Amino acid sequence: MNTHRHEPLARLTHVDVRFGRNHVIQNISLELHRGCITTLIGPNGAGKTTLVRVVLGLIQPSRGDVWREPGLRIGYMPQKLHIDQTFPLTVERFLRTARNDDPAALEQALADVGASRLLSQSIHGLSGGEMQRVLLARALLQEPNLLVLDEPVQGVDINGQIELYKLIGRIRDQRGCGVLMISHDLHLVMSSTDHVICMNRHVCCSGHPEQVSNDPSFIEMFGIPGAENLALYSHHHNHKHNAHGDVIKHARDNVKAR
Amino acid sequence: MDDFLLYALIGGLGVAAIAGPLGSFVVWRRMAYFGDTLAHSALLGVALGFLLQINLNLAVVASCVLLALLLVTLQRQRFVATDTLLGIMAHSTLSLGLVAIALLDNVRVDLLSYLFGDLLAISSRDLYWIFAGGALVLLLLWRLWDGLLAITINEELAQVEGVPVARLRLTLMLLIAVVIAAAMKIVGILLITSLLIIPAAAARKLSRTPEQMALLAALLGCLAVAGGLAASWYWDTPAGPSVVVTALAEFLLLYSLPLRRLGPNAG
Repeated sequence: MNTHRHEPLARLTHVDVRFGRNHVIQNISLELHRGCITTLIGPNGAGKTTLVRVVLGLIQPSRGDVWREPGLRIGYMPQKLHIDQTFPLTVERFLRTARNDDPAALEQALADVGASRLLSQSIHGLSGGEMQRVLLARALLQEPNLLVLDEPVQGVDINGQIELYKLIGRIRDQRGCGVLMISHDLHLVMSSTDHVICMNRHVCCSGHPEQVSNDPSFIEMFGIPGAENLALYSHHHNHKHNAHGDVIKHARDNVKAR
Repeated sequence: MDDFLLYALIGGLGVAAIAGPLGSFVVWRRMAYFGDTLAHSALLGVALGFLLQINLNLAVVASCVLLALLLVTLQRQRFVATDTLLGIMAHSTLSLGLVAIALLDNVRVDLLSYLFGDLLAISSRDLYWIFAGGALVLLLLWRLWDGLLAITINEELAQVEGVPVARLRLTLMLLIAVVIAAAMKIVGILLITSLLIIPAAAARKLSRTPEQMALLAALLGCLAVAGGLAASWYWDTPAGPSVVVTALAEFLLLYSLPLRRLGPNAG
C-alpha cells in the first residue's frame, strides 16, 4: 500500500506513565512511520489518550524513552475542543491563530477537508462533523510530518465517520505523513489503517489489522462477534480468507507483543 | 473645562482603552475572580508604598505582580482549588492592607479614595504613569496577540503547535496586574474588575471576532468613562461608581436591543 522506510518519525521505548500509584500505561514500545496509519484501540480507561499525550510531549513518561525525529512537526486534532461562547470566533479567525496563517494555505487546508464553505461561519454554530473537519484543517496547517488524531470521528454520524476515515487516508496518501489515531470503532477503522495496536494499559497485541483481529487477546477483549465482524469486513475488501492469519498480505507489520 | 476634569477624562480614557482588550481576555479565560484578587492586593501595595516610602504606583504594580507569581506557584499544588485560593488571597491581602494602613500612625490615608477611586484627583504625573504603562501593555498585546488567542482557544493544542504557553499565560497575568495598578486611581480597588469585564461583556453582543470584541470593549469603556464623568460633574455623584453605572447601562442597553452582530471581519 505504501513504501516502508526504516527511519521512524517517533519511537517510544518501554514507556510507563504513573499518576501516583496508578499505572496508567505500562511498558509500551511503538514506532510511528511516514505514510503509515497506526491506530490505537482498546477499552475505556486503557490509557490510549495518555499514550497519545506522551507522543505529543504533553506528559513526560515516568519511565522509558521518547524519541522524536529532530524538527518533527505534529498536527494534533484533540478529541474535543470546547470554545467558550464568550469568545467570538469565526472559522477563519480560528485557523489564523494556528502557526501558519498564510491565507492560501488556510484555504487549501479547508478545501482538503471539504469545508471551504465554512470559512466565514461562526465556530459556535458548527455541527460535530464540521467541527472535526475544521480541527483537521488546523492540524494540516502545521504542515505535519505526523498527524495525531484523538478519536477523530467522535460525534459524527456513521456516514460521516466513513467519509472522515477516507479523508484521513487520502491526506496520508497526498502528504505522506505518518498518522497516529485513537479509535474505538473497530470495523470502520480496520479498513483504513496499516497498523493496529490493541492496548489495555499494556500492548495486548499489535500488527496488521487482519492479524490483530484474529489474536486471542483481541477476541477476548472485544468478543467473538466483534472479531467475526472484522474478519468479514476484511474479507469483503480483500477477497481473501485470512481467518487463521495464514495468509498475510503485508508482512512488514508482523509485530506481535504480548 | 477645568484642568482636573481634563486630567480625569484623559486618564480615564487611557485606562479604558487598555482595559478593553485585556478585559476581553479576562472574560474569555474566566479570570474575573483573578482580577478581583489582584485588585484587592493593590491596597497592600499602597500600604507597602507608604511603609517603604516608594512611589505608590510602583508599589502597587509590584504587589500585584508578586501576587500573580505567587498564585501561579500555588496553583501547582492540588490540595486547595484555585477559586478557594483566590478567595483566601483576595480577602487576606485586602485585610492585611487595611491593618497595615491602620498601623501607619505617621500618615493619614484617605481609604475611600483607594477603595472607590479618586478620578478627580488625577495629577499630570498619574497621567504619565497611565500612558507609559498603557503604551507598554498595548505594545506587548499587539506583539503577542495571536499566541494569546491560541492559548485562550486551547492550551494543549497551542503547546503542541509550539506556542510558549506558560510564558504567555504569565505575561497575561502581569499585564492585568499593570492595568489594575493603573486603573486603581480611576475606579478604585473594589470596582476595577468592573472596568475590565463590563465593557467586554457588552461588546460580546456585537462581535464576531476577538479583535472586534477587544476594540468595541475599549470604545464602550471610553464611553463609560466620559458618561460617568459627565454624570459626576452635573449631579455631583462619585466619579468611579458613576463610570461603572454608565458601563452597566451600556451593557443592559446592548443586550436588550435586538442588534445584529457586525459583518464578517476584514482584518
